[in-house]
Amino acid sequence: MTAVSVSSSPSSPPLIEVRGLKKYFGSSERPVRAVDDVSFAIHPGETLGLVGESGSGKSTIGRTVLRLVERTEGQVLYRGDDIGGLSGERMRKLRSKLQIIFQDPYASLNPKMRISAILGEALSTHGLHKGAAARDKRIAELLETVGLRPEHASRFPHEFSGGQRQRIGVARALAVEPEFIVADEPLSALDVSIQSQVINLLADLRERLGLTMLFISHDLDVVEYLCDRVVVLYLGKVMEVATTEELFANPSHPYTRALLAASPKPDPEVATERIALQGDIPSPISPPSGCVFRTRCPHAIEACAQTVPPLEEISPAHYSACIRKELLSNTAVARP
Amino acid sequence: MTNANTTSQSARLTVTNLSTSFPTEDGLIRSVADVSFAIQPGKTTALVGESGSGKSVTSLTLMRLLPKTANAQVSGSACFVTREGKTRDLLQIGEPEMRSLRGNQLSMIFQEPMTSLNPVFTIGEQIAESVRLHKGLDRKAALAHALRMLELVEIPAAAQRIHEYPHQLSGGMRQRVMIALAMACDPTLLIADEPTTALDVTIQAQILGLMRRLQAETGMSILFITHNLGVVAHHADDVVVLYSGRVVEQAPVRPLFAQPEHPYTQGLLACLPGKARAPGQPKPKRLFAIRGQVSSPLAPPPGCAFEPRCDQALASCKDAMPPLIDIRQDRQARCVRVQPDAQLARVA
Repeated sequence: MTAVSVSSSPSSPPLIEVRGLKKYFGSSERPVRAVDDVSFAIHPGETLGLVGESGSGKSTIGRTVLRLVERTEGQVLYRGDDIGGLSGERMRKLRSKLQIIFQDPYASLNPKMRISAILGEALSTHGLHKGAAARDKRIAELLETVGLRPEHASRFPHEFSGGQRQRIGVARALAVEPEFIVADEPLSALDVSIQSQVINLLADLRERLGLTMLFISHDLDVVEYLCDRVVVLYLGKVMEVATTEELFANPSHPYTRALLAASPKPDPEVATERIALQGDIPSPISPPSGCVFRTRCPHAIEACAQTVPPLEEISPAHYSACIRKELLSNTAVARP
Repeated sequence: MTNANTTSQSARLTVTNLSTSFPTEDGLIRSVADVSFAIQPGKTTALVGESGSGKSVTSLTLMRLLPKTANAQVSGSACFVTREGKTRDLLQIGEPEMRSLRGNQLSMIFQEPMTSLNPVFTIGEQIAESVRLHKGLDRKAALAHALRMLELVEIPAAAQRIHEYPHQLSGGMRQRVMIALAMACDPTLLIADEPTTALDVTIQAQILGLMRRLQAETGMSILFITHNLGVVAHHADDVVVLYSGRVVEQAPVRPLFAQPEHPYTQGLLACLPGKARAPGQPKPKRLFAIRGQVSSPLAPPPGCAFEPRCDQALASCKDAMPPLIDIRQDRQARCVRVQPDAQLARVA
């Protein structure tokens, strides 16, 4: 419960709040700790970025928030109510408010369904736009919203390119007029020139429809461009939370710094500082004691193995989980 | 072309007018068309492009690893200067000679380290195989060499790891093994086909650092195939930009990023979110986007391949594929708007 109030503007109540979320997979003796005590809040209209490497628990959080997988412990609040306890019937109704865009546009569209059926299924499930005429009108409108043409409705997924398929994925999520969308690496399967088209589409829609988003990505440049606030994850735990501006200008946690240093800027004149992280991410079955990052941290000391560092506010709305306070405030840390 | 000829004396590999086509039921697909570039000793040339631009087909053609069943039609030349100083055309030499070079003087690392290692042999055996074949070492000496290679690529507890199978290693470790395998016979040219695409950024940084170190130590040339412009900016000396199987621009890395000449290269750089914001400026409302998508290889546009997506297109762009024009001594671009350097034109 350390980070219940991790939010940028405490004045407005959060749309989505995650409290002490845990998701363990497998046996109870040796579980895979995919998500281990994660808390954050997302305010209406805000886009929260979730960044981390593979195995950090980003996608599991996205899916657990929507109850596509059931959590092990903790709460997910939608407008203050825990959705974990909702019956199947009530959860189904609520799903029209909470939608997801998947990573792989090749795997997330049923190849045997026409686009009209893919989009129409979402409408009929929630009893929206009843009647053939109203339904077709809505489908045409949706396709236009995402930059496709109404006649595309009669086609099958294989007739589209990757970028177009991702637009269909976006249209499907928008079909039921959601308030909140989890975008799970929606760009990573796309080429660079197509990526920027989809980024613009997401930014436009967010503004026009007032969407709230949880944007999951490993691409820091995209996160910096699209998100208002960022949560940095490592091995199922939150390392740092800050506004995008603050995080990229004053990264505090050693992991965030290493992550920023490791992603090369597309400009040969910008020398990126090198912070070499040794080794691989440890197994989530037996995470290191104390701070989970200590095995790869260039600043780790003995005390790091003793206690799990709490997520603490180091400057207004900037939280970091590191016991080496002297590192946090000082950006010009001597590097080995 | 003057450029390629003058430098071919010293270049490790000189590729000239390389074309690879595949006959399909729907017609001939020209995956690589008229591609020319050179790689200098000890330097890294990056081949950049999006899916379908012909990057991987170029590398597989050079290594002669395209499946026989693909019935690839290959033309052009790829002159490789061997360790002994002889110039051999990789596309002409017989299969026995190619086998003696491949894995020895030229080697390759692939994108997917899981599928490119054999799951039923230990990693030590796989590295040893290559030195036994090419250097004629016996089993024991070859395994000792494999151990040295694993240490070279900084695999912790190498003496123990050498007896492990690929599935026991993480993605980053497997890519290190791939590099150890490729480096086993001390190659002079390494073709790296998206070697870090499947890896996390912190692991990518480790692998790129390792490749850089090995290049500095051995003086090998690297053909680096990637779509990641951030990696290109920091790890390449020369850049070849491909679009629809053709070179659209070719330049040393700094001038290319500072002043891209071809509209496609310009667009590619402008649409990166990491480039969108100038320091101290608020981020722009919209990113630059290249409209549309790559044309089908079965129905290429009549003129410039990029014309349907180009914001700067002229009427004449529809008529014919523009030639690759020498802009300066070391720069070329395939665009009708590009002005050839007056001085260079006079000399030619």
